[in-house]
Amino acid sequence: MQEFNNNIEERIWNYIDGSGSAEERSVIEELLEANREWKEKYHELLELHQLVQSSSLEEPSMRFTKNVMEEIAKYHIAPATKTYINKKIIWGIGTFFILLIVGFLIYGFGQIDWSAKGDSSSSWFDVSKIDFTKFFNNTYINIFLMLNIVLGLMFFDRYLASKRKKIQKEA
Amino acid sequence: MSTGPSDIEIISRVLKGDHNAYALLVERHKSYVFTLVLRFVKGREDAEEVSQDIFIKAYRSLADFKGAAKFSTWLYTIVNTTCITFLRKKKLEIHSLDNEQVFEVADSKDSGFSANQVEQKSRVGMVNHAIALLNPDDAEIITLFYKNEQSLEEIGQILGLETNTAKVRLHRARARLKEKMEKHFAEEVRDLN
Repeated sequence: MQEFNNNIEERIWNYIDGSGSAEERSVIEELLEANREWKEKYHELLELHQLVQSSSLEEPSMRFTKNVMEEIAKYHIAPATKTYINKKIIWGIGTFFILLIVGFLIYGFGQIDWSAKGDSSSSWFDVSKIDFTKFFNNTYINIFLMLNIVLGLMFFDRYLASKRKKIQKEA
Repeated sequence: MSTGPSDIEIISRVLKGDHNAYALLVERHKSYVFTLVLRFVKGREDAEEVSQDIFIKAYRSLADFKGAAKFSTWLYTIVNTTCITFLRKKKLEIHSLDNEQVFEVADSKDSGFSANQVEQKSRVGMVNHAIALLNPDDAEIITLFYKNEQSLEEIGQILGLETNTAKVRLHRARARLKEKMEKHFAEEVRDLN
């Protein structure tokens, strides 16, 4: 019953807001004409709708605008975000992570014994065959990771240096 | 909303260096912003401080306003995030919709609610008080829809919701407002009929 009432309310609210389709509106209009329960509910909700519409806005103090203008005098409009987000940095970070993932994948596939005869009922790709313990013990992987970190730090340093230059120029 | 230059025209003047033109935007939107902030922040002083902060943030980020949406929609997004941050920072007690004691305590203490009986009797006072009894999320969505002239699509943008979710939320908020009014203002509602 509660669900039925909620459904009626929802449909009437849509009708009041004018958000339903033309077909739905005509169905509601017919229901409002024929059904007393629907009509009562409609008047109830319409009354609430009009009451809320008639409520007023709250006003801040008289000095509000003056206060805001005094405050903003201390600030500058910041440049648009896209002017200081360097796309090269984003691409650099993206490349760094792609290289990292590709490195892991190459190493992972390198661990699989492709010549081994597998059971036909089992999957062709057996994850358990990958020796994950070697991932972080292998010297080459550590060197690869270190190189990536150094590369990342170099990119970050370049980004900070260019930002500092920009600020100095603006000053 | 009002006559005179459009919001976009004013913004372009401000961006070209006419900072004083920003006062026109503040004048035009201050009541809407303040009303919305009051749905989150209980207390006019705090609400005024937060509203001021919102206009300062909007001014500083004005170059990011692309005009894809209405300025008011963009501004209310700042209102929403600033109010949530304020509440998190201050850890203010939010007057929950289930917290029925709020109204009773307010009445028994002879605070602003009961002190202003004349206003309470009026339609405006009654609706405003009923909205104030709702939880901030419900109060916000009702205010955005009825007072701040935002469509359901725009409300969805402001709150980061799908339009249909915003619609469902609005329905639920109105149902809860109806409950509040029937519970606390039954007599006044009858008088108005």
